[in-house]
Amino acid sequence: MSADLLLRPTTGSPVTSAADVARGRTRRARRRRTVTLVLLVLVVAGFAVSLMFGRTFYPASDVLRVVLGEQVPGASFTVGRLRLPRAVLAVFAGFAFGLAGVTFQTMLRNPLASPDVIGISSGASAAAAVGIIVLGLNGTAVSVLAIVAALGVALLVYVLAFRDGVVGTRLILMGIGVAAMLDSVTAYALSRAAEWDLQEAMRWLTGSLNGAGWNQVVPTVVAVLVLAPVLLWQSRNLSALQLGEDTAAALGVRVERTRIVLIVAAVGLIAFATAAAGPIAFVAFLSGPIAARIVGPGGSLLVPSALVGALLVLVADFVGQYALGTRYPVGVVTGVLGAPYLVYLIVRTHRAGSSL
Amino acid sequence: MTTTTHDGPDAATRRPARVRLLWLLAVVALLAFLMIASVALGSRSVAWSDVWAALGGADGSMEEAAVTKRIPRTVLAVIVGAALGISGAVMQGVTRNPLADPGILGVNMGASLAIVVGVAFFGLSTATGYVWVAMAGAGVAAVFVYTVGSLGRGGATPLKLALAGAATSAALASLVTAVMLPRNDIAGGIRLWQIGGVGGASFERIGHLLPFLAAGFALCLLSARALNSLALGDELAAGLGERVARARALAALGAVVLCGTCTAAAGPIGFVGLVVPHMCRLLVGPDHRWLLPFSALTGASLLTAADVVGRIVARPAEVDVGIITALIGAPFFLYIVRRQKVREL
Repeated sequence: MSADLLLRPTTGSPVTSAADVARGRTRRARRRRTVTLVLLVLVVAGFAVSLMFGRTFYPASDVLRVVLGEQVPGASFTVGRLRLPRAVLAVFAGFAFGLAGVTFQTMLRNPLASPDVIGISSGASAAAAVGIIVLGLNGTAVSVLAIVAALGVALLVYVLAFRDGVVGTRLILMGIGVAAMLDSVTAYALSRAAEWDLQEAMRWLTGSLNGAGWNQVVPTVVAVLVLAPVLLWQSRNLSALQLGEDTAAALGVRVERTRIVLIVAAVGLIAFATAAAGPIAFVAFLSGPIAARIVGPGGSLLVPSALVGALLVLVADFVGQYALGTRYPVGVVTGVLGAPYLVYLIVRTHRAGSSL
Repeated sequence: MTTTTHDGPDAATRRPARVRLLWLLAVVALLAFLMIASVALGSRSVAWSDVWAALGGADGSMEEAAVTKRIPRTVLAVIVGAALGISGAVMQGVTRNPLADPGILGVNMGASLAIVVGVAFFGLSTATGYVWVAMAGAGVAAVFVYTVGSLGRGGATPLKLALAGAATSAALASLVTAVMLPRNDIAGGIRLWQIGGVGGASFERIGHLLPFLAAGFALCLLSARALNSLALGDELAAGLGERVARARALAALGAVVLCGTCTAAAGPIGFVGLVVPHMCRLLVGPDHRWLLPFSALTGASLLTAADVVGRIVARPAEVDVGIITALIGAPFFLYIVRRQKVREL
């Protein structure tokens, strides 16, 4: 069973005529548009809810006035300084993880090949933790360090997995091994921290939005605004790449160049988001398959899964903050949701009769 | 080679007894050297005269007190290393899988989750209680991972098992964090334990581990001959009169007991069980009757060395032994994966 069947369960019956094909294509396109629109509405609604609700409730009018820059007693601090940067970071980090995750999954034709499984997020996280805790860096320097490390890890995993071509499974296991090493680097950096700071530790181990401020949010937003269009611009080539290198080349895609552009852009998204919020567990891994399930077969998954990522982080953070009695960082919530899905995916792959 | 023995699965790779004995002496000497180093070296520099004085029982000065604290720590590193080495060798033999390791297969994480749950919700506090709970968790995780890894065509192939183990580890690690996080009262103590360390050792705590370790070592060493038969394949082993399922279950039980006990004592320490048996196979060949004791000695050496390195690379701070073994062991994992033949998922 090929991996893209896992991403997109085929449900249609055999089509007979060109008219049917055209009709099916229109129907799927319409469905994708509807789903994308609904997701967008949900993200906006989630954003609004996470600004309004919390320990204290502020009506939409107050929130709107704060966002527009007016001074509202109480709300200006709680909404403007605490909730707004947090919610913006949730949306953009989730967007970045979802987009980068599905790019990797589609390009490598394997749902397990997401950046958080194959060690790229671990690389960014280890670099950021070392940069902040051991080297005392902050701001842009941390993002730069994270992106260099993430690109380095991506290259390393690719080179290690290369032997007469890259086989998805070997790449995944190589990534898992590299991730184990990098996680121990993170653990070491954390043990060097002057005193054990649980907040800081959780951020670099599972991802957390606690203490999000504008100086972390801005680089992530800029990265998304720059890199997301690059990926969307390449989405047609990405779909072609999914058919296999030879087919893509025959369709006129410059395979190597496309692949490098895709990898650099996706890794950049991961690195910036991780430098700000930590490697929020499994968002990159989960968004693509969830989007595939609700969008259905055919067409690009980039936008839907980016929106699913944003929604996941928003909801998981809200749940972690207010729904569970204690305040959990967002990464713990997504981790508890995502890890069983990872096991399930492996069980299903094995059941389907593929052998590794 | 004309001798007919049941020694090894592959007579051609057998080492002459003389070579094995030489290696045995070399490893014993290495371990002795490392144990001395472990007592003598640490974040506090200590003169040799103080080391001798402390070994003689004196603990008047700061230096002598430091050395006195290093003795149980060294003993624990040796015991845990030996147990991890042997359990890795047994797991590789039982699953006929070069990637088997208590860390990779998620067994350590199973033990961790069980302990964290026990501490958080059931007031677990006794050393013996830790071990029982850890063994139960390790056993459940081992069975689960093996089941998931054996589904589908081809049974439990190395890569399927490793993937199932990694996924299960990730799942269990999230649960460990979720359970631990709201409990500030236990988080500090568990964090130290969670990275994997032998720092807090005392002879009293080691004493609680001994019965479990003895049982585990006995089960594993008694399985050596059966593991040799299993290496030939299930059918052939059955033909040689081996009760395959029972032999496999007993050996696996021994391995689970050992790594559950290790996790209870020192936290989840990965990759020792992976690296050591491979190195030992190169030295003494695949005969488990030699491989298992050798893995114990080499594992003890590796963990003692990792502990010493962790104490001196970042003076005056210490690097936990689990971090060092992951840094050494993960590249080795990559090397073995690279050698495996894999097909597309």
